[in-house]
Amino acid sequence: MLSIKNIHASIDGKQILKGLNLEVKAGEVHAIMGPNGGGKSTLASVLAGRPEFEVTDGTAEFEGKDLLEMSPEDRAKEGLFLAFQYPVEIPGVNTTNFIKTALNEKRKYQGLQPLDSASFLKLLREKAALLELDKSLLSRSLNEGFSGGEKKRNEIFQMAVLDPKLTILDETDSGLDIDALRIVAKGVNTLRNESHAIVAITHYQRLLNYLKPDFVHVLMNGRIVKSGGKELALELEEKGYDFIKEELKEGLLLN
Amino acid sequence: MNTIHTDYLKDDFESLLSAQPDSALNGWRKEGFDNFTKLGLPTLKNEFWKYTGVARLFVKDYGVPGGECTIDESIIKKAAIPGSEDFNQLVIINGKYIPQYSNIQETEGIEICSLDEAAKGKYHDVVQEYFGKSGLFLKDGIYALNTSFFDGAVFILIKKNHTISNPVYFNHIFDTTQNHLLASPRSLVIVEENANVSLIESYCTNGSMDSLSNEVMEVVAKDNSHVEVYRIQNDQPTGSHVGTTHIRQVGKCFVNTVVVSMDGGMIRNNTNVIMEKEGNEAHLYGLYFLKGHTHVDNHTLVDNSKPRGLSNELYKGIMDEYSTGIFSGRILVRPDAQKIDAYQTNNNILISDKATVNTKPQLEIYADDVKCSHGCTVGRLDEEALYYLRTRGIDKDLAQAMLLKAFAEDIVNHIKVASVKDYVNKLIATRLNMED
Repeated sequence: MLSIKNIHASIDGKQILKGLNLEVKAGEVHAIMGPNGGGKSTLASVLAGRPEFEVTDGTAEFEGKDLLEMSPEDRAKEGLFLAFQYPVEIPGVNTTNFIKTALNEKRKYQGLQPLDSASFLKLLREKAALLELDKSLLSRSLNEGFSGGEKKRNEIFQMAVLDPKLTILDETDSGLDIDALRIVAKGVNTLRNESHAIVAITHYQRLLNYLKPDFVHVLMNGRIVKSGGKELALELEEKGYDFIKEELKEGLLLN
Repeated sequence: MNTIHTDYLKDDFESLLSAQPDSALNGWRKEGFDNFTKLGLPTLKNEFWKYTGVARLFVKDYGVPGGECTIDESIIKKAAIPGSEDFNQLVIINGKYIPQYSNIQETEGIEICSLDEAAKGKYHDVVQEYFGKSGLFLKDGIYALNTSFFDGAVFILIKKNHTISNPVYFNHIFDTTQNHLLASPRSLVIVEENANVSLIESYCTNGSMDSLSNEVMEVVAKDNSHVEVYRIQNDQPTGSHVGTTHIRQVGKCFVNTVVVSMDGGMIRNNTNVIMEKEGNEAHLYGLYFLKGHTHVDNHTLVDNSKPRGLSNELYKGIMDEYSTGIFSGRILVRPDAQKIDAYQTNNNILISDKATVNTKPQLEIYADDVKCSHGCTVGRLDEEALYYLRTRGIDKDLAQAMLLKAFAEDIVNHIKVASVKDYVNKLIATRLNMED
């Protein structure tokens, strides 16, 4: 589904990703961990198409199409979804209207008719219930005055409505209390299926306890330096990243 | 001819006076023309006119309307705001109120007549007491020019304890099929105790030549009255406008004003609220969403002379193409005006490299126990918000339009007459190529 080869990316002339490779197949859940400044959020930005980042080398294919050639909106319409680490507050843009617009733009792209109001509202209600999202939030401006937890739940709510093929969770667990984390994880898990893949960027094991990733990758210095199963996350939780740094020094790891 | 010239106006003025020797208003007109002769047109050196070179409009010869005005009914219909059929509609052609084209739905609690008639009849004292008092605040040649040439002015009185359920609507039409037109609309609106009214104005130039409408509306709001004033400007680029809405809160009352400028030539809006009684409340809103070479200058004055007033100003501008937007907001707090709250905000978005914006707060505070704040921003669209919307599959153009619409709606939401609000929302949606 997603095939990243030798990606190099920079912002303001500063090289952040330095030859990153990653293969994600439909139905898989990948966790990406790593110390701060290693390039985790940059990876999310590059995949979603944030304009400030420049890809200087490498390729990224999504369902066989060149992802890097696409605008952020076309990536979304093709089925990529980024749950933001810091969702943006947009005063004056009504949450329901926004989601309706996004959904119908995607449907238009797929050659489908816009969803009629009744079906749309039914979908909205169903997904709001799944995320235990207070319905009053839907009639408010997008993310404006939402609590940290509400913003994160709203991200997963949007994901649920838009039904992407590939979801990137950019530190969705950060700033969540235990209950909110459980709700968010439940929301993500409900949407898991064999045709949907998830890339979860996280610092912590606790989200992974719910998501049970198939693969765990360590992203450091702009590259994935170690990959393993979910036991790798437990090892990291226990030992920190120092042992990986040691292994790197000893030349035991090569991407 | 390419130089600014106004000499010919003297002859026009003489003919105006000689055409109606019996007018009760000639004293004011003469004083006005004396002032105009003394002051001349304001130049950019005049602090009050720093950003708007209104004089340069006078490189052309303007015709001053005289005699009868006739116009095709279809033009009146076309000029009217959609949904205004139920309004108490005053048709104002070339600045003159034309009763036979007008359509006053309500007669209970409202008196509408020509100012001349009011000054000669039972409202003589009212006119004497309230007319022309805006001249104490507006001491420039362009104001004097209105006072010289106003003709067919309107007098409106909303009687005590009456709520006028349908808005009073000034449908201004300027006929420029024959010549460049200088129109001088003028009105005096008295809102008595416990009365409630909404005033709406729109402007439409019809013809291929240029118009300059130089308008003064004076509103006197008495105790416990409620006044809404909406001015919607969506004229052709050939239609220039200088308009003053001068509101005196002579009793403790509530005022809400919204000025929306979408299109036109050179536009200057003065919105003055003079708070003369303790505990007055006024809200001043403005939206200017400009393209082409349209130039809009919004000047506000909130004059606090008594304690415990509350004023809130919010003006927002979106400038595209070669347009220019200006906001200058003056808040005057006189020594006795303790414990007042006065807020002022001006936000601007430039969506073109060629557009210009100027913003200038002007606070003069002579009382020591007051709450005043002002803030202004000039910027571009929020890139973070744009990116966020795009990552949800919303095309860049549509995302941009959504953000601009949200920005503008902040002002539009203060229009309480549904059909006017719908109309403005449609204008905005059309400008943004959006479905409404």
